[in-house]
Amino acid sequence: MSTAAVPHDTAAHAQAHHEHIPFIRKYIFSTDHKVIGIQFMFMSLFFLLLGGLLAMAMRWQIAFPYNETAGFQGQPLPGGDLLPETMVVQGIMLPEFYNALVTMHGTIMVFFAIMPLLVGVWANYLIPLQIGAPDMAFPRINMMSFWLAFGAGLLMLASFAVTGGAANAGWTGYTPLSINDLYSGVKTGQQLWALSLTILGFSSLMGSVNYITTLINMRAPGMTWFRLPLSTWALLITSILILLAVPVLAGGLIMMFFDQTIGTNFFKPETGGQPLLWQHLFWFFGHPEVYILILPAMGFVSDIIANGARKPIFGYHAMVWAIIAIGFIGWIVWGHHMFMSGMNPMLGGFFMVTTLIIAVPSAIKTFNWLGTVWRGNIRFHTPMLFALSFVALFVIGGLSGVPLAAAPVDIPLHDTYFVVAHIHYVLVGGSLFGIFAAITFWFPKMFGRTMNETLGKVHWALTFVFFNLTFFPMHMLGSGGMMRRLYDPTQYPHIASMQDTNIFITWCALILFAAQLIFMWNFLWSLFKGKLAGENPWEANSLEWTAPSPPPHGNWGDRVPVVHRGPYEYSAPGATADYQLQTEAPTGQPLPATH
Amino acid sequence: MSTAAAPSMEHGTSSFGVYNLKLGMWVFLLSEVMFFTGLIGSYIILRFANPDQFAVPGAVLNVPLTALNTFILICSSVSMVKAFADVQAGNQAGLKKWLLVTALLGMVFLGIQAIEYTVLASEGFVPMAERYAAHGRAGGHETLGGPLYGTTFYTMTGFHGTHVSIGVACLWWCVFQAYRGRYTANSHGGIEIMGLYWHFVDLVWIILFTIVYLI
Repeated sequence: MSTAAVPHDTAAHAQAHHEHIPFIRKYIFSTDHKVIGIQFMFMSLFFLLLGGLLAMAMRWQIAFPYNETAGFQGQPLPGGDLLPETMVVQGIMLPEFYNALVTMHGTIMVFFAIMPLLVGVWANYLIPLQIGAPDMAFPRINMMSFWLAFGAGLLMLASFAVTGGAANAGWTGYTPLSINDLYSGVKTGQQLWALSLTILGFSSLMGSVNYITTLINMRAPGMTWFRLPLSTWALLITSILILLAVPVLAGGLIMMFFDQTIGTNFFKPETGGQPLLWQHLFWFFGHPEVYILILPAMGFVSDIIANGARKPIFGYHAMVWAIIAIGFIGWIVWGHHMFMSGMNPMLGGFFMVTTLIIAVPSAIKTFNWLGTVWRGNIRFHTPMLFALSFVALFVIGGLSGVPLAAAPVDIPLHDTYFVVAHIHYVLVGGSLFGIFAAITFWFPKMFGRTMNETLGKVHWALTFVFFNLTFFPMHMLGSGGMMRRLYDPTQYPHIASMQDTNIFITWCALILFAAQLIFMWNFLWSLFKGKLAGENPWEANSLEWTAPSPPPHGNWGDRVPVVHRGPYEYSAPGATADYQLQTEAPTGQPLPATH
Repeated sequence: MSTAAAPSMEHGTSSFGVYNLKLGMWVFLLSEVMFFTGLIGSYIILRFANPDQFAVPGAVLNVPLTALNTFILICSSVSMVKAFADVQAGNQAGLKKWLLVTALLGMVFLGIQAIEYTVLASEGFVPMAERYAAHGRAGGHETLGGPLYGTTFYTMTGFHGTHVSIGVACLWWCVFQAYRGRYTANSHGGIEIMGLYWHFVDLVWIILFTIVYLI
């Protein structure tokens, strides 16, 4: 296959024998993995925006609470008069509404924004393209997976409108608060929460069955396991984690739903149930879940850094084994979320050790990323900027994880803003930056147009600066004893003294949120007016860059790609260019077009 | 064995030499194992924590009837194997017959479960904690066990029953397809994956029966 972009020939050839498909079958109820990936993208970006909006409301309350006795007059919530009296009264939000905001921010961001953005979008879009397959193994199940997720999203949104409002027991939904509306004040909202997540779980499971089967069975000739890009490897391990962890959550959610609706007593202590059982079930899922939320981003970052540095990824095999190790060890660390639940200290010690051990493969990956850029011919394009800052921010997030992993140190830090800082460094500095890297990198392939580089760099710079300004001070707040999910920090003198920090964080958060509008503008504008992209604008190696931008239905038509080399042959000595597509023949000469 | 995604399988690089449908079913069954493990694991934890809430085996539940039901389900797995063997050999009549037998035995299993549930509920053995009042098969005024017994019993067997019901619906679909001549000696992936699912459901029941009824 020629390394020069020949979009028209390949597109025409690939589409030669496809008949006209009606609009609804082509774009709405599509079974094409690329369309489904893009559908997930639009849905998740909407939820990302919504989740951010909820956080802004939260931050407003934290910075400007109404506390007469302590001398805080509060500030009316912007837009608060649009909300009913059950949520906001005379501009000041009610504590119950604050708890709902906290809960829904977490739930929406984790389940409806980050997870689908990493898996629903990229597993669907990239896997067949990177392995050389025409589509997924089960295209109709794939379509069902999106529409189930969409339905789950509608249910979650609906919960804002029911009596009692949305769920307010935290995104972790601890029992008995989440099953007893006498304590929480929310009945239907919590039921919808459990139901929505169960349905979303089915969606994820269907997806992972598809991804795993496709990856094992449908790789193009020559695409051996150790020629897969790290994005693909990460998505494979992530899919296995989803496959095995989500059913446990589903079981727990069903038990919770039964407790809420038909009166069973799985988690009700009054009649012998065990509230702690929920914590175990949730976190047994919850810990693999956080690796689900980071591994794909690590994969994308590896591919983008190698591409941006024009060098092979340092230690490819070690990177693969590190991903597998993280996936494996991630099953035996869940207790570190429960150090303060009253468990036997010996058990706490076990979880502490396993949690500290899992830092090792992550560290290996970090050093390998550094080894990749070392003496590289670095191109500082927008994806590369996001990928490099991913490494830095993920390291900070990982470092704050170490004191949290040490059980005795967790005692004062548990449920404080130190944890909030940690999770946002890994989820935003890590996952979200990885997502931005991926979107800016694969946008040309998806839509046939490039995003604006200047806007991309401005968005990156503002996001990077204000992300750090927003979340780094939270380490101090947490060490200073500020608790999580706190409606009014000023009610405690030891926290009221840190209120200036809270106000500073809120302003930075508002600017951070505003900066995302640049991304939104860039994304939407480029969809229609972006410069047309060729097949391989980043001069990358993996198979997706041999297909047209965007690829037609079936990706390569009749011409199945044949793989001759790994995905990281950048700056190979003796090669004609500083990159070599995986389909390039072993002699280094391009194959004739008729192959 | 033919596959659902034809074009690339002819020149794909598959690790296990297992076609898409079959691999997909195995992967799906792995997730089902985790689901039932979550439920059964929770049952074990709850039971160890509150042993007094669980009655002596046989006092509340009808073990002999359920043992018969277990036998029926195992027979349905045998008939499923026979159906698969017949389609492999090209015996269409045998395929149809044994598929029908499997579906009917599955429905008998569900019927007996339904009867059991009804009788138990009338004896006060219900999943709702507030209304739990099981007096056992021997009758009497004493409440045997506690609310957790009903809660866990109905959830576990209920989900198993749901899986059997879905299986029975799929079996009828297979019967329908078999009568349309869709399965041949060279192309019968649908029968194989039906068999895999059905055997899994049977296996889960054997485990459930042992843990819930016998121990």
